[in-house]
Amino acid sequence: MKISLIITLKKDVLDPQGKVIHQALDGMGFNDVNEVRQGKYFEIDTKETDPKKAKDKVEEMCKKLLANLVIENFKIIDAQ
Amino acid sequence: MKSAVITFPGSNCDRDMDVALKKFGFKNKMVWHQDLELPKSDLVVLPGGFSYGDYLRCGSMASKSKIMQSVINFANSGGMVMGICNGFQILVETGLVPGVLLRNKYLEFICKNVFVKISNEDNAYFKNISNNVLELHIAHNEGNYFCTNDQLKEIEDNAQVAINYCDPEGKIEQQFNPNGSIKNIAGIFNKEKNVLGMMPHPERMIDPVLSGEDGSYFFKNLINNLK
Repeated sequence: MKISLIITLKKDVLDPQGKVIHQALDGMGFNDVNEVRQGKYFEIDTKETDPKKAKDKVEEMCKKLLANLVIENFKIIDAQ
Repeated sequence: MKSAVITFPGSNCDRDMDVALKKFGFKNKMVWHQDLELPKSDLVVLPGGFSYGDYLRCGSMASKSKIMQSVINFANSGGMVMGICNGFQILVETGLVPGVLLRNKYLEFICKNVFVKISNEDNAYFKNISNNVLELHIAHNEGNYFCTNDQLKEIEDNAQVAINYCDPEGKIEQQFNPNGSIKNIAGIFNKEKNVLGMMPHPERMIDPVLSGEDGSYFFKNLINNLK
């Protein structure tokens, strides 16, 4: 099954890329943006067919490699 | 004294480090990242570069490579492990030293000489060093040291800050901070002070004709401390 997840920077961590994107949007005339935060999106296609087990495995992957929990949060957004 | 430098795919300061270590008397061996065992060493160095193309997060892939379990075991048994630049990024990803290295605050790749103040001399890396301000070279995109407030407190309580960005006189102020690092931190130790991660490259400052000699002071002192 396919698991989709996003990884985002924690609230207090500086996101210089998000800031620059914000500035660019501002320059293009999108003046009502309060803030931009940039993150990562992953699709993991696994042989596991049980949704619970697949999610647990992906959660372990996040903790061990995909996310750095000092600065990032992860969230599984879809499993099908 | 014996040393080992690990080469990852994308390392590019491994041979510079080899030259520097040999120049000051180390018998150095190069170790490939897929090897499982370290040669007998007094010092293991994770060199600078762009291991695995900096994919995912700088240092994250290298921190899971085969040789790293031996490096972690070596460090945990008290062995000296030094990570320079990308090596520092690898060290934080293994958890051997606390914190992370974020993208530089102003989104620039910074390549220039900086001054760093040695903030803790009570360890095998900096004990007896003649100057406590060194001019070293930095070249990085992700050197912005960050940690949580709890981690920072622990780091400071245990005197784990190794070096801070400063001016030529050793004054540590925000204006001398090139990349946005918390408290101008350029390098830190683990609790036991046998593992050192730092962004500046001492191996690039070992020849007065090409650069400077402050890296020479560091390596000469290091080998003397290990004897």
